[in-house]
Amino acid sequence: MSDRSHRVRRIGVLALLCAVLGACASTTVVLLPENDGRPTAVTVKQGDQEVVLDHPYAAAKAAPGGPRAYVSSAQDVATQFGAALAAQPARAATFTLYFIEGHDEFTDESRREVDRVLTEIAKRPVPDVLVVGHTDAVGTDAFNDALGQQRAEAVRAALIRLGVPADDIHAISRGKRAPAVPTADGVAEPLNRRVVIIVR
Amino acid sequence: MHPSLIRGRHWLGVALLLALTAAAQAAEIGQVKVARGHVVVERQGKTQPATVGARLQAADIVRTGTDGAVGITMDDDSLLSAGPNSELVLDRYAFDATTNQGRFDTTLNKGTLSVISGRIAKQAPGAMTVRTPNAILGARGTEFVVSAHE
Repeated sequence: MSDRSHRVRRIGVLALLCAVLGACASTTVVLLPENDGRPTAVTVKQGDQEVVLDHPYAAAKAAPGGPRAYVSSAQDVATQFGAALAAQPARAATFTLYFIEGHDEFTDESRREVDRVLTEIAKRPVPDVLVVGHTDAVGTDAFNDALGQQRAEAVRAALIRLGVPADDIHAISRGKRAPAVPTADGVAEPLNRRVVIIVR
Repeated sequence: MHPSLIRGRHWLGVALLLALTAAAQAAEIGQVKVARGHVVVERQGKTQPATVGARLQAADIVRTGTDGAVGITMDDDSLLSAGPNSELVLDRYAFDATTNQGRFDTTLNKGTLSVISGRIAKQAPGAMTVRTPNAILGARGTEFVVSAHE
């Protein structure tokens, strides 16, 4: 038998092994710098071996023989992942509205913020808007969940009146779980009585 | 009522809500925001072109062609985008927008993927994973890229 047909047969056997066992699969992972400088990490587990990537451009290749750590670069990432990165959707834009105490009306600053929300919505090809009601820490979870929902629904209704399609806006409540200003439970804090609008 | 009883009930409620949310929102877990070239979504055996604005469901399989790329925004603000010749499966998604608790598992069978994790991973590191044919990645509030070759 010729060398060539030997080689062809060997490649064929290898391909079969790859297909059956997934033995030749390879995975490359690169941790990217975080936009806002927050600490970040990704774990890469292959069988019972694990590599933790926890600084920018830390990378791992999972291939037969176990995961191997290495350091990638902005240039490598652009070459290998440019098309995927270029298709990234625009990041969510976040706006915060405050109410005049005891009224269903925005403060003057929040009125201007609403204009910025509308501008941001207009910029996006298929916008979806999440309106998130927050409360301060006075009262139970159940009470504040309901109150936050009520605030969010009021803002949703206002945005619909301003021409944003109803189907594109969802209102939810986070109650007192995510205060802007952390306080002890039961503390009244105007800065926590707010509605956050997330435009995606 | 004893505080621990209240807490016990609370968690039961959360679990129930998670289950209900998963069931009720099967319809909408994310949206295609960017689509270039050939991009399709397979749902229950049927394949359709993935156009900008298309809503995605759990178990959807997103595929891109040689000239394709796709960008997806999930309900928890996670961003996923895949380059050419990629196959991404949205295996499992559950998200409670009130508590930020949830679970998000995807599989990249082949191709390239960029991930910016969202509120699910921020709330509970380890609650978002990406599988490839030979590895499992755990996101801990993170931006990363991954490629998989069969």
